[in-house]
Amino acid sequence: MGGAAAGAVPMDGHDFALWEKRVDALMILGSGKGHFTVDGLRRALEDMGEPAFESMSYYERWIAAINQNLIEAGVYSLEELGEKMAEVDARGETYAAAQGISE
Amino acid sequence: MPHDHHDHLSPSGHPYRQDNDSGLTYWQTMEIAVRELLVEKGEVTASQIADQISAMDERSPANGAAVVARAWTDPDFKARLMDNASDASREMGFDIGPMHLVAVENTAEVHNLIVCTLCSCYPRNLLGLPPDWYKTREYRSRAVREPRAVLREFGVELANGVQVRVHDSTADMRYIVLPARPAGTEGMDAEALAALVSRDSMIGTGLPRTPSST
Repeated sequence: MGGAAAGAVPMDGHDFALWEKRVDALMILGSGKGHFTVDGLRRALEDMGEPAFESMSYYERWIAAINQNLIEAGVYSLEELGEKMAEVDARGETYAAAQGISE
Repeated sequence: MPHDHHDHLSPSGHPYRQDNDSGLTYWQTMEIAVRELLVEKGEVTASQIADQISAMDERSPANGAAVVARAWTDPDFKARLMDNASDASREMGFDIGPMHLVAVENTAEVHNLIVCTLCSCYPRNLLGLPPDWYKTREYRSRAVREPRAVLREFGVELANGVQVRVHDSTADMRYIVLPARPAGTEGMDAEALAALVSRDSMIGTGLPRTPSST
C-alpha cells in the first residue's frame, strides 16, 4: 500500500466502541499467550485482499485475523466457532443483548 | 441548530460509529464468540480482558508529552532517550513492553514523519491507540510518496530547505518524534512544556503549540 496513489487523508475520528476495545485486548492477550505473532495477524490481513480494506472496518479485519490465527493454532475448532456464533446470534438483536450471562 | 445532531455525538464530540448503536453485526458476533471461547478454554479470564482495556484506556498522548518535555529540560535524559527510547521511557515509569522504541529528533534542518505502511504499528504504549487517520489507506499510501503534500493537509508547511525523513514502523520497531522545542519557552518548566506537546507533534503531522497559542 505504501507509495500507492490515494486521495486526501480523512481527518474524521470516532470513539472506540466497547467491542473494538475488546478486539484490541484479545489481540494483546492472545499474542501474549503465544498463539500468534503480529506477523501472523498481518499475513491473515493481507490474505483478505484489497476488497476487505474497502468493505470491512479496521477492527472487523482484526477480529477476522485473530480468529483465523487462533483456529490455526488449534485453540478451538471451526466447528466450535460456528456453534458459538450461532448461540451468540440467538441471544438477541443488539451487541448488548448478545452478551453471555456471565457478563 | 446545535442540538439537531446531539444524539449522534459522544461526550467527546465525535460521532458514534454506526455499528455502535445499530443491530448486532457478523463481526461483533465473532468477537463475542472468540472471547467466550477463550474464556471457556481457560486461555484468558474476563477480568484480564477488562484490565487490558483499562490499561489501554489510561494511555494517552500525555505520556509521550511528559517524555518530550523531560528531554527538552534534561540534556542527560535526552541523550538516553536518543540512545534507547524504550529504556528512557521505562525510566519514567511507562510500560513499554518488549517493543523497540526509537526517538527521532526534529531540528531546524530535519522534519521526521511516522507511518506504518503495512498496517497500524504506532507507539501505543506512549500515545494510546492511533487516531483513525493514521490507519487509513490514504495516509499510509501517501506519507511515503508525497509527505510534504500530506503535511500540508495537516496544516504543516515546511520551508523548502527542511529535509523530510519518513519512518516506516514495524511490529517490533516503533518511532516517536521528539519535536523541536518552540521558541519563547525558555523560562518554562517540564510540566508547562508538556502542555505544548500535541499528539500529532509526536507523530510528525503537527508541531508543538507555542506559548502564545495556548
